[in-house]
Amino acid sequence: MVQMTMGKALNAGLRQAMRDDDKVVLMGEDIGALGGVFRITDGLQDEFGAKRVIDTPLAESGIVGTAVGLAFRGYRPVVEIQFDGFIYPAFDQIVSQVAKLHYRTQGRVKMPITIRVPWAGGIGAAEHHSESNEAYFVHTAGLRVIAVSDPQDAYRCLQQAIASDDPVIFFEPKRLYHHKGEVDLEAPLADAPPMGLARVVRQGSDATIITYGAMVRTALDAAAAAEDEGISLEVIDLRSLSPVDYETVSASVRRTGRVVVAHEASREAGVAAEVIASITEFCFEYLEAAPVRVTGHDIPYPPAKLEKFHLPDLDRLLDAVDRVMDRPNSLSGAADAKGAER
Amino acid sequence: MSPHTTPIVDTENDLELTERVIAPDGTRVANPQLDRYIQDINFQMLRDLHRDMVVVRRIDAEGVALQRQGQLGLWAPCNGQEAAQIGTARALAARDYVFPSYRETGVMYARGAAPGDYARMWRGEEGAAYDPDVLRIAPLQIIIGAQTLHAVGYGLGILHDEADEVAVAYFGDGATSQGDVNEAMVFASSYRTPVVFVCQNNHWAISEPVGLQSQYPLAGRAPGFGIPSMRVDGNDVLASLAAMRWALDHARSGKGPAYLEMVTYRMGPHTTADDPKRYRDDAELAKWRERDPISRLEAYLQSAGELPQEHLDAVQAEADATAREMRAACIGMVTRPAIAVFDGVYAEPHSGLERERDEYAAYLSTYEEA
Ligand SMILES: Cc1ncc(C[n+]2csc(CCOP(=O)(O)OP(=O)(O)O)c2C)c(N)n1
Repeated sequence: MVQMTMGKALNAGLRQAMRDDDKVVLMGEDIGALGGVFRITDGLQDEFGAKRVIDTPLAESGIVGTAVGLAFRGYRPVVEIQFDGFIYPAFDQIVSQVAKLHYRTQGRVKMPITIRVPWAGGIGAAEHHSESNEAYFVHTAGLRVIAVSDPQDAYRCLQQAIASDDPVIFFEPKRLYHHKGEVDLEAPLADAPPMGLARVVRQGSDATIITYGAMVRTALDAAAAAEDEGISLEVIDLRSLSPVDYETVSASVRRTGRVVVAHEASREAGVAAEVIASITEFCFEYLEAAPVRVTGHDIPYPPAKLEKFHLPDLDRLLDAVDRVMDRPNSLSGAADAKGAER
Repeated sequence: MSPHTTPIVDTENDLELTERVIAPDGTRVANPQLDRYIQDINFQMLRDLHRDMVVVRRIDAEGVALQRQGQLGLWAPCNGQEAAQIGTARALAARDYVFPSYRETGVMYARGAAPGDYARMWRGEEGAAYDPDVLRIAPLQIIIGAQTLHAVGYGLGILHDEADEVAVAYFGDGATSQGDVNEAMVFASSYRTPVVFVCQNNHWAISEPVGLQSQYPLAGRAPGFGIPSMRVDGNDVLASLAAMRWALDHARSGKGPAYLEMVTYRMGPHTTADDPKRYRDDAELAKWRERDPISRLEAYLQSAGELPQEHLDAVQAEADATAREMRAACIGMVTRPAIAVFDGVYAEPHSGLERERDEYAAYLSTYEEA
């Protein structure tokens, strides 16, 4: 076990994947000498050479489209999109080509492409640098969508994504790049939980918070705070957004009967909507309260000074917990009374 | 080789400012640039090219007929473009890999497509018409220009594998306006990938004339990316072959990408759903009929006394037989069972899709029991 940041763990994961399989090539803007704008590919070009760590022209569709051609030839490209908001120029190549070629060819052509996306907000970035666009990709059949939330998981999941014969959109919460944790670099990958599984990161009995990415930490903070009030929260890190592991999710909901689903992305037609719809379908009779969503607002990602009002924080999560627990909350009369008092 | 360039695109000039070795009336014209690439071509080989074009035109006509009879959902005719397709495709080595658009029937034929391969996708049986590894052709591409990037990526793989192969991208004049095609040229040039870009300028992108896509000859763009190009009479099969040999030689010898603008003409509609009468006048069509690629080669062979009736008869018989086989293969296709709609979405198990498939299977089974 070693302590390392999620950024370093991702770097270690890439290095290991490249050592394990010489068909793995990295592509992206500034990923060579610079090591990527977040230094996730730091030192890899030195170790593996410019043919395996390929600096590309500044063209996102070009990067992904070229990766498609490499996949046709048996390579396993790992593409870095510099920031979440710059993936849109590559959208067509991702949803029309990467996602569909296996289906169109009845499995004859494989697209083992991993598209790494420094993702989501909370770092006070400039416009187009904080977007949570996972729903577009979850909605696209043929893609797998992964969002990691700690160094250990990032290290393993990235290798699993690269080894997968399916294309994977791999979201890396940039808010967590500097977050440290224990990583076991030696444990065999085969022993790691498959990337499609959700994991219970905290056990509890009164309500379940389901989330992913950087919000997992917020949810854990909320659970710790709720404990002080005598509420026991279970926290589930979905990890995989396509597919969602409804076995783990349903098992938890059946025990707690109360659900909050949280993410940074906007609400409308988002992942939370899908998860709650499925929960309602699978375990309606176990629900003791209507599930509640806590999400970013349905607005373009706001300027940095306002992002804290957009991103769900501990208080908004706890407010939602109060709602599913039928305790006084922002939507109940208590709040009105409070407002009236003031 | 530098392209001829004119400041504006205009059809009259287009016709004259292209490289050719056989004039529209069938006379052989000397072309120092191209002649050295076709010194081995004898009359028998020319008759083979003629046969190819006649058979492709027949396949194309059958495609239209099958669509009209409701056997195919759509067909994209290549009538008029046989020389550009056959000439370039016959220059390829078997090991080269092609990334086509949806109109490359002639290229499929030249690469050995089976009769059903032409129809399968348009009939809606399968997303891709054939096994890409067998023909060494990627699935037909509907998204305009997307395949050019795939060719470049494949070419990058060839480069890294140090293999003696070339990747070839086919696309239309309209495609040259797409970002992907321009990005493909940037990437190909930057990495010097062994790629040949074959732009078939058939003068129309559905109803939009080439002048709307470009005010400058398309071959003239490539040098700006550092890619040598040639503007070729795409209705001259021999020139098409020669130019493609030049381009492939260039790419194969490690010099990086090459670009061909094949100046040709789409004689029919864009697809069977199109009505060219709404945007194109008959005079233009009539003019291009005089430049028909098949009659041009026939005129040349005829004047050389090298077009015996037996050849014509044999070619016609072969064309008819191929069309019959295509029709039989098309009509004989068996649609997969309903549950097959789920097949092949993922390479590995996906629990969400499996649940959906199980639900649908259960639903289907209620019909079986009833
Ligand atoms: C990205 C995209 N936009 C629009 C279309 C619809 N469309 C199909 S073919 C076509 C015209 C293409 O013209 P061109 O590139 O010249 O090729 P041609 O069909 O003439 O061979 C258009 C607009 C498409 N298939 N893909």
